[in-house]
Amino acid sequence: MDYTHPAPKPFSRFLVHILAGLALLGASAQAGQTLLNVSYDPTRELYKAINPAFAADWKAKTGETIEIQASHGGSGAQARAVIDGLAADVVTLALAADIDAIAAKSGKIPVDWQKRLPNNSSPYTSTIVFLVRKGNPKAIKNWDDLVKPGVAVITPNPKTSGGARWNYLAAWGYGLKKFNGDEAKTKELVKAIYKNAPVLDAGARGAAITFAQRGLGDVLIAWENEAFLASREFGLDKFEIVVPSLSILAEPPVAVVDANVDGKGARQVAEAYLNFLYTPAAQAIIAKNYYRPAHPEFAAGQDLQRLPNIELFTVDKVFGGWAQAQKKHFADGGIFDEIQKRGP
Amino acid sequence: MSAPSSTRANVWRFRAPSVLPGFALTFGCTLAYLGLIVILPLALLVLRASGLGFFGLYDIAAEPRVAAALRTSFLVSFGAAAIDVVFGLIVAWVLSRYDFPGRRLLDAIVDLPFALPTAVAGISLAALYAPNGWLGAPLADAGIKVAFTRAGILVALIFVGLPFVVRTVQPLIAELEAELEEASATLGASRFQTVRRVLLPLLAPALLTGFALAFARGVAEYGSVIFIAGNLAYVSEIAPLLIVVKLEQYDYAGATGIATIMLAMSFAVLLVINLIQAWSRKRFGYV
Amino acid sequence: MSEAAVAPLPKRPVARKATDETRLTRALLIAVSLAFLGLFLVLPLAVVFAEGLKRGVGAYLEALADSDALASIRLTLIVAAIVVPANAAFGLAAAWAVAKFSFPGKSVLITLIDLPFSVSPVVAGLIYVLVFGSHGLFGSWLSAHHMQIIFSTPGIVLATIFVTCPFVAREVIPLMQEQGTVEEEAALTLGASGLAAFVTVTLPNIKWGLLYGVLLANARAMGEFGAVSVVSGHIRGLTNTVPLQVEILYNEYNIVAAFALASLLAGLALVTLGVKTFLEWRHAEAIAAGRRR
Repeated sequence: MDYTHPAPKPFSRFLVHILAGLALLGASAQAGQTLLNVSYDPTRELYKAINPAFAADWKAKTGETIEIQASHGGSGAQARAVIDGLAADVVTLALAADIDAIAAKSGKIPVDWQKRLPNNSSPYTSTIVFLVRKGNPKAIKNWDDLVKPGVAVITPNPKTSGGARWNYLAAWGYGLKKFNGDEAKTKELVKAIYKNAPVLDAGARGAAITFAQRGLGDVLIAWENEAFLASREFGLDKFEIVVPSLSILAEPPVAVVDANVDGKGARQVAEAYLNFLYTPAAQAIIAKNYYRPAHPEFAAGQDLQRLPNIELFTVDKVFGGWAQAQKKHFADGGIFDEIQKRGP
Repeated sequence: MSAPSSTRANVWRFRAPSVLPGFALTFGCTLAYLGLIVILPLALLVLRASGLGFFGLYDIAAEPRVAAALRTSFLVSFGAAAIDVVFGLIVAWVLSRYDFPGRRLLDAIVDLPFALPTAVAGISLAALYAPNGWLGAPLADAGIKVAFTRAGILVALIFVGLPFVVRTVQPLIAELEAELEEASATLGASRFQTVRRVLLPLLAPALLTGFALAFARGVAEYGSVIFIAGNLAYVSEIAPLLIVVKLEQYDYAGATGIATIMLAMSFAVLLVINLIQAWSRKRFGYV
Repeated sequence: MSEAAVAPLPKRPVARKATDETRLTRALLIAVSLAFLGLFLVLPLAVVFAEGLKRGVGAYLEALADSDALASIRLTLIVAAIVVPANAAFGLAAAWAVAKFSFPGKSVLITLIDLPFSVSPVVAGLIYVLVFGSHGLFGSWLSAHHMQIIFSTPGIVLATIFVTCPFVAREVIPLMQEQGTVEEEAALTLGASGLAAFVTVTLPNIKWGLLYGVLLANARAMGEFGAVSVVSGHIRGLTNTVPLQVEILYNEYNIVAAFALASLLAGLALVTLGVKTFLEWRHAEAIAAGRRR
């Protein structure tokens, strides 16, 4: 026993022992280097394909074995978990606002994170399209058709789902263009769309399940990749993808969580992982999984051909960036809350 | 392991004298365990919420979406508990009074909601009542939607609450004294009158307790509901889900606020149950 | 009982006693019970197995042999192996203190033991985030020492302990109360040590209640969803318990695998109920007292 220090108070010592014991349990045997990628819902299949490719690449370059762990969930929920201490090495979320939140609330990522990688840190983009039942019985062609009486629209909850926020902003952008920037009319349009939504699932994947598996609704507003995936999973004879005249360029960004990788000395592999996403090999996988690659030149032609040509606008151009869009539309008391209120 | 057990006679004692050993040890362990696992975290929750103040808490509860979720939770739980009381009574009666083939099997299956994980119940109820499910399809043809509506929540809560009613009432039915019924019959009451005037009042405390338990469980339930509810704000969103939603929006104050309101409700229900049992003990001499 | 007072009636199998319902009412009530339980309890259970086996036994087994599924099963077993003994020990200690002694504030203590029953599982998860999360009570201390509690096994264990801690206590307390203290006192008078009195006198009287409490706690520990979902972090193959893996598979359009894994938990529930029924059948009286909840 070291008598030079005063003994800690018995209670706090007791607590320390308990906590140390618990933490020991948590550090259950993990051999080799691991990398935790905390991602959002629709990327499950994408990263399932990318992770082994990167592991092989890393092994070839360094001789080290890397095990990549994946966690998927609603983008907002995942960001919250990282803020609360989920030990993510990299985050690959649905929208910049969620990574901004991690940077702002935990300080584990510097605020200028988006400048660290090319293309606004988005190695792939996507857009928002409609998935309808075969034969398009409700004749849905564009955003206006979603407000028709009797059309049930399936879209997730923008409060919890990143994809849902893209859906909402895509509709809003269309409205602004149609009504020449008239916000009041746009708000009416978006409100009418949400009035036709019988369900608001917590995540994009939940909404797709509700539409495809549970047979609810006439149209699913979805990520383009999600629409392709759902129609592939459930049979091409059941659904059709409908492309609206105008949609949004969705840029799901990626970032290294600096505080976490520095804590365990994994910065090098974490950065290599994200850089790998921009390589020809990864870009080809990205296109194969129905995302729009940042470098289309690396993707297989037939993968690119599947993706329709749509006129796209960006969040930065129409909404002045994610921070502004988030505050104006999705914060508590924002426009989304207003249009959700159901009058008595 | 100190004071209580070592105090000598003639001094005020924390516990009544007993020759049995181990009070200090077991009582100490119980308190320490409860303190660390239950009380400390819950106290921290209340402490966090107390930062909001009473009015802050009220503001959270009065926020339209929260108010709607609380209303949905309470209303639907109330309805489910009421349905459970009616059918739970019938089931308990049938199980303890009648003998028929398969009775034991039926008796065993009543506990299923205790043993079946809520998430499993949730996905299977959603599959069952979805528009293309075994029950959902015929119901949809009849124009009734269950999955992804309040009716879906009702179905899930009926499921989780049923054993609470049956298991509270069943032992009492078994203990009812035959003389009471016989006396009633002798005095010319019809069977229906006997049941209504004699038996039901005797079972009332147990039914109320069962109702309160089913209600409390219903309000707290999460896993089985979220899969089938549709989670539409203002319509089919339950309070526990809203805690998760608030958490996902980094709204810790809101989440702890709703959690505290629900915690207070849990306490209130436990209190009511204790009162019912005290009242029943006084009036009927049993719980 | 005063059977003699009600002059023994001659056995008349056809006529009905005044304290019985008519045959029609009986049949009706039984039918209602069967329909209600069938509709609300049996059918959901059947759906689990039907959906799991939809694509045949091969697909079913394949789903269970998946490495993530196996990892989730292993984690669930580890969690249950820690949680159930801990709560059994707690339940016995609490029951001994509550049932064999009288002290002020006993009803408060019982209420506290019951509290986790009525606390929403989501709240149970949330409170541990508040204690151990990055912004929680011990958050900065933990991260300074590179310790991970939530989003890791310890957090899952803690949340599960919270949710299941009343089960054993609630089964055992009424049994011990009913039994009183006379037998233990006699054993002590005869020179037995306290521990010996507990093992040889108390334990045999409560063993079936204890076993059922442990079974229920185990089923709940393996099946807990809400609380665990909040503290898990959902890392594939690492912090997903079986119920969480079920949700994940369900969300990956892998409905058959989701239900296959769910059927394991449903099977566990059936075994729990089966053992319980068997115990009741063999030891009806010892258990009846513990039934009230």
